[in-house]
Amino acid sequence: MTDSLSPILNLPCLIPSLMSNVTLSNITKKVRTVTALDDVSFHIKDGEFFVLLGQTGAGKTTTLRVIAGLEKQDAGNVAFDDEPVNALTPADRDVAFVFQQYSLYPTMSVYDNLAFPLRSPVHRIPETDIKRKIEQVTEILRISHLLDRKTARLSGGEMQRVSIGRAIVRDPRVFLMDEPLSNLDAKLRESLRVELKHLQKTLGKTILYVTHDQIEALTMADRIAVLNKGQIVQEGTADDIYDRPATTFVAQLVGSPRINLFQAHRENGSLVITGSDVRVVTTHALPEAFLLGVRPEDVRLAADGQFPAEVVLAEPLGVETVLHLKSGNQTLIALVPGMSDAKIGDVVKFSIANDKLHFFDTNRKRIQTT
Amino acid sequence: MASFAETGPRRPVVESIRVDKVSPGARTTGAVRAMVVVIVALIMLIPIFVMLATAFKSRPDVSASPPKVFFQPTLEGFLYLFTDRAIIAPGRMAEFQAKADAGAMGFLERLAFDTGQEITGPSAYVGRLTNSLIVAGVSTALSVLLGTLAGYAFSRFNMPGKDDLLFFILSTRMLPAVVVTIPLFLMYRQMGLYDTHLGLILLYTVFNLSFAVWLMKGFFDEIPREYEEAALVDGYSRIQTFLKIVLPQSVSGIAATTVFCLIFAWNEYAFALMMTSERARTAPPSIPSMLGRGGIEWSAIAAGSLLFLIPVVIITFALRKYLLRGVTFGAIRQ
Repeated sequence: MTDSLSPILNLPCLIPSLMSNVTLSNITKKVRTVTALDDVSFHIKDGEFFVLLGQTGAGKTTTLRVIAGLEKQDAGNVAFDDEPVNALTPADRDVAFVFQQYSLYPTMSVYDNLAFPLRSPVHRIPETDIKRKIEQVTEILRISHLLDRKTARLSGGEMQRVSIGRAIVRDPRVFLMDEPLSNLDAKLRESLRVELKHLQKTLGKTILYVTHDQIEALTMADRIAVLNKGQIVQEGTADDIYDRPATTFVAQLVGSPRINLFQAHRENGSLVITGSDVRVVTTHALPEAFLLGVRPEDVRLAADGQFPAEVVLAEPLGVETVLHLKSGNQTLIALVPGMSDAKIGDVVKFSIANDKLHFFDTNRKRIQTT
Repeated sequence: MASFAETGPRRPVVESIRVDKVSPGARTTGAVRAMVVVIVALIMLIPIFVMLATAFKSRPDVSASPPKVFFQPTLEGFLYLFTDRAIIAPGRMAEFQAKADAGAMGFLERLAFDTGQEITGPSAYVGRLTNSLIVAGVSTALSVLLGTLAGYAFSRFNMPGKDDLLFFILSTRMLPAVVVTIPLFLMYRQMGLYDTHLGLILLYTVFNLSFAVWLMKGFFDEIPREYEEAALVDGYSRIQTFLKIVLPQSVSGIAATTVFCLIFAWNEYAFALMMTSERARTAPPSIPSMLGRGGIEWSAIAAGSLLFLIPVVIITFALRKYLLRGVTFGAIRQ
């Protein structure tokens, strides 16, 4: 971190920069009678972009709030750099929180919003340093022209930029981001996503990012933890999550269009998708009955394909086309590049990439095949 | 494709250009509605008008039948209101006449002389009005302060028996306050609170507090917690967050609560009548007491009522946008 990647790095550090490994061990949290978090443990390394992925109500936000100290866990430990912070107030934990919405103080201007964390009695920073720091941050985020505005007069994208700005002015130990992009429209989300990732790489800060959007998770994360019903289902890189999903839940959560999931069984050394013509020779040791997962891009249309199917629906997306293929009683979703000339009712031939199959046992857990 | 410069409006649109969409029928309905509102408002304002007129009428005009709509305005009513007077003894009439001729008489003195009276001293009304200001002001400030703190606590924190406590606070309003007048009177006399400002202030504060707590809780409930949580994470303590983030956002709630509390404390009659006599008596019970002094001084009563009305009207007008929000709070989504 010695080059001039970003002007912020050349600042004389106003607050001593700390390492920021975050460790959660065995966090359990009950909200009334519902268990929001059930024995959650993970470790975020310094400088890592860590994404918590899960559906609404999975406990993602609760996890963030426990780390920030806004809520107290019933059991377990939160540690920053192996130092437990359970007893510290949110102010003393030195984290920055970017909320999904309602995060800018409505009675203050953009400048005062950005200055607010720096003016905290915890830091005691002189006003001239605050001004300089804000100028640098607004330059990075390209919001310098907004400084005098009231926050109510900002667009959604500008608001979220200011929110992020309010987090980075302070150089905290860790950034906690709670779906900061989910209230924005698709185009804006895409560009802010890139910006955010770029920002994290230039600043080299630790970010814990919570989202329900698998695309955000796959594109931005160094590592992902998938949360379901208060439990960590899988933790790993984007590759791990996408190529080796630990359960059918993860397999279905990640990837769009969704993974094809079928009941399948063994028959004379081949595996057969129950109720269809699809039959694949396999050498893997598999139980009698299991679930077979095939990613849509691994269903390949070819003139010399192994299995015939009828096109029942075509969804052209431009770069690719989603085809719904009917084989026997089963419908497979296939993703073909570019615009397809297949029409509804056409009979096409397809094959399945044998080496890209996912197997799950009846408990919906992955069967290791390698 | 044609650019916006070619297809867009030639001139900037200052007001809605969709007036063409408003049908003539709708416009007539709008006008009729406005007229009805004005007429109803005028009817409602008749008592106020009568009071205003009476305050400036001379003694014969006040009791004229049928009532006079057009009359020579005079300040007699205010003279009667602010002064104690005596009829000038016939022997001293010449002395007064001389003084009047020399132009050595003040405005009020002259006014009194014209009705054959002399001013013997200021009336008690000024003191009563001052008492009203003290009692209403201090009790309102106290109710709003305590109500704001309690409302915030009830809105944000979990505590054992919270719902029961809230219900208990509300239950203090369930029976008419006058019912407890007699026991309160006895208690006050024992404790030396009878006829003191403190006594009335305490009474009004307690009475308004339940209302203030509930109203302020409602306002705080509407402020998203995220703001405070952001401030907590940004390195501020709970009380700093409350002062810097929550209070500025609840200004409208505080204003509405202030108006409601002030109107109650300002207008309160029954307790003021029972719990005070001379020292701490407020304006409301003292206005009708003018009835008995040398015939009914209607113009003095009207003048007293008018003066009494003015402060509360001014404050209500100053805070009316908050008041409206206070009346409809909870009904508006942000």
